[in-house]
Amino acid sequence: MQRLTLASADIQDCGSLSARTAVAGVDAVCDPLGALYLPQTRLLVVSDLHLEKGAAFARRGMMLPPYDTLATLKVLEAAVDRYDPAIVVSLGDNFHDRTGSAHLPEIFRARLTQLARGRDWIWINGNHDPDGVTGLPGQSADELHFAGLAFRHEPSLLSPAGEIAGHLHPLATVIRRGKAVRRACFATDGQRLLMPAFGLMSGGLDLRHKAMTGLFERARLVAHLLGRDRIYSVRFANLIG
Amino acid sequence: MRYSETTASVLLSPPFSGWFAEKGWQPRVHQLELLARAGRGESLLLIAPTGAGKTLAGFLPALTDLARRGKIPPGSPFTGIHTLYISPLKALAVDIERNLMKPVSEMDLPITVETRTGDTPQAKRQRQRLAPPDILLTTPEQVALLIANAEAPRFFKDLKYVIFDELHSLVTSKRGHLLSLGLSRLRQLAPRLSTIGLSATVAEPMELRRWLVGQEAGEERHAGLVIAPGGAKPVITILKSREHVPWSGHSAKYAMPEVYEAIRAHRTTLLFVNTRSQAEILFQELWNINEDTLPIALHHGSLDVGQRRKVEQAMAENRLRAVVATSTLDLGIDWGDVDLVIHVGAPKGASRLAQRIGRANHRMDEPSRAILVPANRFEVMECQAALDANYIGAQDTPPVGEGTLDVLAQHVLGMACAAPFDEDALYREIVSAAPYSGLPREKFRRIVDFVATGGYALKTYERYARIRRTTEGLWRISNPRVAQQYRLNLGTIVEMPMLNVRMVKRGSKGAARRGGASLGKVEEYFLEMLAPGDTFLFSGKVLRFEGIRENECLVSQAFSLDPKVPSYAGGKFPLSTYLAASVRDMLDDPARWGALPEQVRDWLALQRDVSALPRRDELLIETFPRGSRHYMVAYPFEGRLAHQTLGMLLTRRLERAGRRPLGFVATDYSLAVWALDDLGYAFAAGRPALSDLFDEDMLGDDLEAWLDESFMLKRTFRNCAVIAGLIEQRHPGKEKTGRQVTVSADLIYDVLRSHEPDHILLEATRNDAAAGLLDIRRLGDMLLRIKDRITHRRLDRISPLAVPIMLEIGKEPVAGEAQDFLLAEAADELLAEAIGKDPTQDR
Repeated sequence: MQRLTLASADIQDCGSLSARTAVAGVDAVCDPLGALYLPQTRLLVVSDLHLEKGAAFARRGMMLPPYDTLATLKVLEAAVDRYDPAIVVSLGDNFHDRTGSAHLPEIFRARLTQLARGRDWIWINGNHDPDGVTGLPGQSADELHFAGLAFRHEPSLLSPAGEIAGHLHPLATVIRRGKAVRRACFATDGQRLLMPAFGLMSGGLDLRHKAMTGLFERARLVAHLLGRDRIYSVRFANLIG
Repeated sequence: MRYSETTASVLLSPPFSGWFAEKGWQPRVHQLELLARAGRGESLLLIAPTGAGKTLAGFLPALTDLARRGKIPPGSPFTGIHTLYISPLKALAVDIERNLMKPVSEMDLPITVETRTGDTPQAKRQRQRLAPPDILLTTPEQVALLIANAEAPRFFKDLKYVIFDELHSLVTSKRGHLLSLGLSRLRQLAPRLSTIGLSATVAEPMELRRWLVGQEAGEERHAGLVIAPGGAKPVITILKSREHVPWSGHSAKYAMPEVYEAIRAHRTTLLFVNTRSQAEILFQELWNINEDTLPIALHHGSLDVGQRRKVEQAMAENRLRAVVATSTLDLGIDWGDVDLVIHVGAPKGASRLAQRIGRANHRMDEPSRAILVPANRFEVMECQAALDANYIGAQDTPPVGEGTLDVLAQHVLGMACAAPFDEDALYREIVSAAPYSGLPREKFRRIVDFVATGGYALKTYERYARIRRTTEGLWRISNPRVAQQYRLNLGTIVEMPMLNVRMVKRGSKGAARRGGASLGKVEEYFLEMLAPGDTFLFSGKVLRFEGIRENECLVSQAFSLDPKVPSYAGGKFPLSTYLAASVRDMLDDPARWGALPEQVRDWLALQRDVSALPRRDELLIETFPRGSRHYMVAYPFEGRLAHQTLGMLLTRRLERAGRRPLGFVATDYSLAVWALDDLGYAFAAGRPALSDLFDEDMLGDDLEAWLDESFMLKRTFRNCAVIAGLIEQRHPGKEKTGRQVTVSADLIYDVLRSHEPDHILLEATRNDAAAGLLDIRRLGDMLLRIKDRITHRRLDRISPLAVPIMLEIGKEPVAGEAQDFLLAEAADELLAEAIGKDPTQDR
């Protein structure tokens, strides 16, 4: 919930709190709100919004709080405000299930429509929402290749070079002085970048989980952890101990 | 009325009187009294010590009644169960079946007896519904399942007796709340039933007597009371060791040669300890000196089930000379021929001690023998205080507590699964259960709303409702899947995430090391504190942590006898506050030191010389550095719960003052806080002053604010959310947790707290925390008493009195600035590297 607090705080001057990196030579900014910004193309990436997750569970009989969509939208609005991007790429699992976008309450639909006004909005399809979104501005696609980068939901094992992907919700654990701190993170070795989950009610997988095996050259892997109000960059080898 | 031999012949019909005579037994007075009064329809509480024939007494009314009834002729209309017996443990129900079948078959009674537990095969359960036994032996969870079934009215219509075994342990906690609601439903289904509660000795039986009968507004009702006379008084001694009693520690290593001698001198000895880690250490120490290779075994809840069963079997067959055990061996199960109980460590709750000593001897006329072995000098004082106060005879009154809302939500859904319900009628039924007798109608409405759609202010889930109102105004489940989900997730025992511990070869982490031995389970929370290479004690071995693979914790043999991480502190007790106060009084009255061993007197004298002794109406604070941290130890003697709350509030204040606290730990006597900053210097410089730090106003806004973001509260919330049915542990067709159904309770808590802080489940969570974990009233009294009476000692090293708590260093992390400080430190290390910048940038 710290990102929610952060989003509602004064966020005008935040350049020093984010982290600069590069993917296949393309400059990128890791923002503590959990979004990635590419300044050359004015492109903002968010991933795994998992909108309407509460409702998706309610449909199956678990009445999770109906507030996750609103909370995630607020942070998304803050991120878009901050960079005023020309293009927004939402990297899949935009909704928690297939019917999520069709059942989206009108009030949220209106906010998303307002947010997309005056920019290109690309909805990459994810495994939770493979059929694309309905009733929302922008275009759906399985993948996007743009400005020397490939944008897809699930990381591909074949072509790491210049890939921005989501799906795995990476987390990193730092242990110092006998205490563990675990946070969502951007993970990159300079070739591929994995996005943190943007959805406020999403969990995650540790970078050491076997699902991450083979995705990165570990010697060059850096985790950019989402701290309370800034990004903390820690080399993979230094995460524990 | 006296229940003597003459009344016995009236009360006991021929098969029974004959059976008693054949055995050469005399029916006991309390057995006859219970039989006579229960036979008249009275509900009763029987209080009896272990070995007093409690179980037979409980069943006599049912057995005699059923013997009178005789066999039901074939072709008769359906007959429901006659007697329901409920025990807290599956194993106990199975045990009782064995014991009960003896008289039934020896007297050739026309009575059918069966068990029904989680282990009962599906086919047998089906058959039991169609052709119920006369007596059904079962657990609280099975009762909840049975009453949530559409056939419950038929099944229970002939119910005459409900017997609650070990009632004092059944009623505590949420499990007891659920059972009390189940009983309220049974009373609806069979209005003429009587209850019989069987309990060990308790100090104040009134609450138990209330629990057993239906309550009505404005009037307290109680079951009758039958008390069996106590057996011989136990002989309890404190081990007067020839050895040096250590200042600190919990292993009692010093006393092992004497403990070993005691084991050799008796047939079978039970050694009880307070925590799993203590059990591990003690077991290891005993084997180090077991020159005669006596059969000594280890038993605690984290061990592999197979291993535990083996130990229990060997115990029952008298093949063991000693068993080192934690609370898993508690309760009245018969464990063979035990003639000595040794209790290692502080006696803590007198209730448990009494139970454990009762174990030593099932023949009431012989005194039980027990030896208390204090592990350190603090515990010597505590053992002495316990004996001085002659406190060990009676148990603490079990805390029944006010019925919790999460349990209520579960029950409401269960009742909808049974049949459509009328909201007012169900409310009347529920407030007849003693723990819920004060439940406001409005709160009940909110719970029904919660069960239907989650109870949110934002009404977007109406179309997904789990229960809906019919046109007649009754609540019914919206589809059969709801009942299926309910049955899968029923119960109040929420397991904390545990990982299997598997032995592998050192240093390896690939898939090649399958097949190593599984050693048991360990809490995930503990493992999060470990780094690869750390060593810790588990399952009697020093293990080296290799890492986590999927849901297994990989370990290797450590070639060291000195674990780095002090303990796996599983199974901590909620403690009695009584003894802590007695110890404080003893400390403040040197005239009473005479009863203590010389070593302990020396220890106290040393403390007086290097620091100070805590006085009755002062608060002693010590500060000192150790390792890379700075410590503050306070000695309020108010019990662990109050100290825990104090610790949480103090760390908040210290954090706000910029002192970067990292954590704290609380015991019955004291509280230790550790920080990155020099606390002694800070207090001396008034940043903050101790009088401000300990100001009473911390119980205002600080308490509120802390409650809202505490890690502990999140764990409490998870518990409530699972019990209330907000989060499923298991989903139909996906019993093994898949990613689709798992959802983090922490995230839900955060979302709910920021969007609907008054939600009923958050209220339930706060209630749980305030009642169980905070002890706020006690803390408030203490803060008032010590105002302007704080003594601060700045030391350059740990004091003698501080050593015990320093070994308890716990796991409660402090959120906030110190967390981010650790992140920053990790980031700084990166900067300090030769490259000095992000390696992905230097291309």
